[in-house]
Amino acid sequence: MEKIPQKKIHQYLRHDKKFPHVWCAGCSNGIVLGSTIRAIAQLDYKKDDIAMVSGIGCSSRMPVYVDFNTLHSLHGRAIAYATGIKMYKPEMKVIVVTGDGDATAIGGNHFIHAARRNLDLTVILINNNIYGMTGGQFSPTTPIGARATTSMYGNIDPTFDICRLAKGSGATFVARTSAFHAQEAQNFIRAGLQHKGFSVIEIVSACPVIYGRLNRKGDASKMMLWMKENVIPVKAYEKLPDDKKEDKITRGILVQEERQEYTEAYENLMQSLKPEAGDK
Amino acid sequence: MVKEKTRNTVLMQGNEAIARGTLDAGLDFFAGYPITPSTEIAELCSRELPKRGGKFIQMEDEIASISAIIGASLAGAKTMTATSGPGFSLMTEGIGFAKMTETPCVVVNVMRGGPSTGSPTKPSQADIMQSRWGNHGDAPAIVLYPNSVKESYELAIRAMNLAEKYRTCVVLLSDEVLGHMRETIELPDLSKIKILKRIQPSIPPEWYKHYPENPKYPMPMASFGEGYRYHVTGLAHDSNGFPTNLGSEVQSMSVRLQKKIVNNIDDIVQIESFQMDDAKIAIFAAGITSRAAKEAVVMARRKGVKVGMLRPLTIWPFPDRAVKKYLGDKKAVIVPELNEGQLSNELKRVMGGIWNYDIRKTKNIIEIQKFSGQLITPDEILATIKEVK
Ligand SMILES: Cc1ncc(C[n+]2csc(CCOP(=O)(O)OP(=O)(O)O)c2C)c(N)n1
Repeated sequence: MEKIPQKKIHQYLRHDKKFPHVWCAGCSNGIVLGSTIRAIAQLDYKKDDIAMVSGIGCSSRMPVYVDFNTLHSLHGRAIAYATGIKMYKPEMKVIVVTGDGDATAIGGNHFIHAARRNLDLTVILINNNIYGMTGGQFSPTTPIGARATTSMYGNIDPTFDICRLAKGSGATFVARTSAFHAQEAQNFIRAGLQHKGFSVIEIVSACPVIYGRLNRKGDASKMMLWMKENVIPVKAYEKLPDDKKEDKITRGILVQEERQEYTEAYENLMQSLKPEAGDK
Repeated sequence: MVKEKTRNTVLMQGNEAIARGTLDAGLDFFAGYPITPSTEIAELCSRELPKRGGKFIQMEDEIASISAIIGASLAGAKTMTATSGPGFSLMTEGIGFAKMTETPCVVVNVMRGGPSTGSPTKPSQADIMQSRWGNHGDAPAIVLYPNSVKESYELAIRAMNLAEKYRTCVVLLSDEVLGHMRETIELPDLSKIKILKRIQPSIPPEWYKHYPENPKYPMPMASFGEGYRYHVTGLAHDSNGFPTNLGSEVQSMSVRLQKKIVNNIDDIVQIESFQMDDAKIAIFAAGITSRAAKEAVVMARRKGVKVGMLRPLTIWPFPDRAVKKYLGDKKAVIVPELNEGQLSNELKRVMGGIWNYDIRKTKNIIEIQKFSGQLITPDEILATIKEVK
C-alpha cells in the first residue's frame, strides 16, 4: 500500500480551534475520520469539490473537523439535505456521515428512498449500536438482549441489518467493516466514493463509555479485540457451522452493481426536453 | 385606438400564479410532497423546471422536502417548496434550521381547514399563528399573504426576493379558494420585474465569515463548492459558523436574527388601506376574507356609512405601526377571519395601550369568525357594520 504523505492528509483538516474533538476516549469516530480523509487524500480530491453533510449524534459531529463545505443538519435528515446539494450541484462529491439511530430510526425514510433513487451519495454509517449523544438509549441496531438506558432489562426490539436494508432499498454499493479494520474502512470508503450511485459503508464501531460499560464489554481495547474476532470476512462466515454464526458480523463489499444514477436520469430528462436543432 | 393585445394577458389559477411568480423570480430548485390544496404548485414546477435547467424532485415527505431545499440553497440555488397545514407542521423543524443558519428559501402554505387532516378542500386562515411560530425557540418570521391571483404572482416574487435579501425562510400564505380560483392577470415583462440575484462575496476566502457581525442587507452568501469553505450548523454558532456555548456569542447570534427583521420592518411590511381617511369604522382583514371586506366597504359607502378597510399583505412582522396609525381613532374595528381569532388577538395586543383596551368591556373590536370551511360573505360583514352603534 502506497504511503500517503502526512501533509497531504493534514490539508483536509481544520486546524484553527477545532481540536481537541468532542469524542470520548476510546470512541471509534476518530478512527473513521482518519480512514475517511486518507481515502480522500488517495483520490486527490480538491477540498472545494467536497461537501460533507451529517445529521445529529456523536458521529455527526465529524464535519466540524474537516476543511470542506460542511453541513451539520438535523437529526435524521442528513441524506435529505445532501439530496438538495447533489441535485443542484451534481459535480460535487457529497459525503454523508451518520449514526445508526440517525440513519435508520428517525432518518429511515430518507435512507431507503435515496437508495431507491440511486442518488450518487457516499454514506458513511458509523454503527455503535446505541444512541451515543443522548446518553445510551437503544437504537434500531442494538442487539436483542443488550442493555441500554431505555432497555435496562434487555432490549426486546429486533435489530436492523443495515446492509440488508440498504441492499433491499436499492443501494448499488454496500460494504461493511469495523473500526478495527481501519485500512479496510479506508479502502471501502474510497471504493464508495468512486462508485457512481448510492453507496453505503457501514462501519461497526465501539462506544466503550456507554454501550461497552452497560454491556460489560470491557475497555476500548477489549472492544477492538472483539471487533477483530467477530467482524469477519463474508467467506469465512459462510464456512462457519450455523451455531457459530450467530454472534458474528460479516465484512466485505456486499453489493456492487451498476444502475442508472439519479442525477444522470434527471440530466437525460432535461436533454430530452431541449428543442432539437432546427425546431421552431 | 385599439389597445395592443399584450402577449401576457392570461387566465390563471392562484396556485399557478405562485409557481409562475417564483419561476420568474429565478427559481432553480423545487422539492415537495403532494398535499391538497397546494399540489398544482408542485405539478407546474415539475413541468417547467426541467425545461429551463432547473431541478424538481418529489421527495418522500415534507421533512425531506424542506431539508432538500435548504441543502440546494446552500449549494447556490433559489429554492421553494409548497405545502398545506399538516405538511407545514412537519416542516417546522427545518424552517427553524433555515432561519438559524440564515439560508434563503420560500415555503408556501396554502391553508386548509384544521386541526389535523381537517378539511383538505376547504379554505381556512388558521395557520396565521403557525406561520409565525412554526419553529422552536425564538426567531422572527416573514410571512406574506396575497388576496388575488395577481398578487399571488407578485408576492411570490417578493417572497423570493426577501428570502435572498435577509437570508431567511420566507413563508407565503394562501388559502384553498385563492389557490384554486382563476382570474385574468397581466404578466409583466420579465425585464421589468425586480429580481434579486444572490450576492456573491468578493473578498478572499480567508476573510469570509458566513455570519458577519454587522452585516448589510442584502448580505453576500457563498455557495458550496466555490472556494469559500465554511461550516453550517443548527447549533448556536459563532460568526464563522462553528458551534459555541459562549453566552455572549449565543446571545449576539440570537439578537442578530431578530434585528435583521425588526430593524427593517419598513422594508418588509406592506399594507393596503382602502377608504380609510374619513372612515369611522374599519375592517381589518387579510387574504381571501379581505375581498369580502372590500365589497362590504363599497356596499356600506353606497348607503352613506363611512367604512374603510386595512389589509396587511405582510402578516409577519405584524404591522404594528400601521395598525396604530390607521385604527387608533376608529370607533370600531371589525375583524373577519376564517379561524378563532388569530388576527384579532394580535390586534388586541397592539391596540391595548391605545384604546386602554379591556377585553371584557370594549366593543372596539368586533370579531366575525368562521371555521366551517365556508367563506365570510360581504353581506355578513355589512350586517355587522350596521350593528355598530
Ligand atoms: C428531532 C430530534 N429528536 C431527537 C433528538 C435527540 N438526539 C440527538 S442525537 C440522538 C441519537 C444519536 O444516535 P446515533 O444516530 O446512533 O448517533 P451516535 O450519537 O451514536 O453517533 C438523538 C435521539 C434530536 N436532536 N432531534
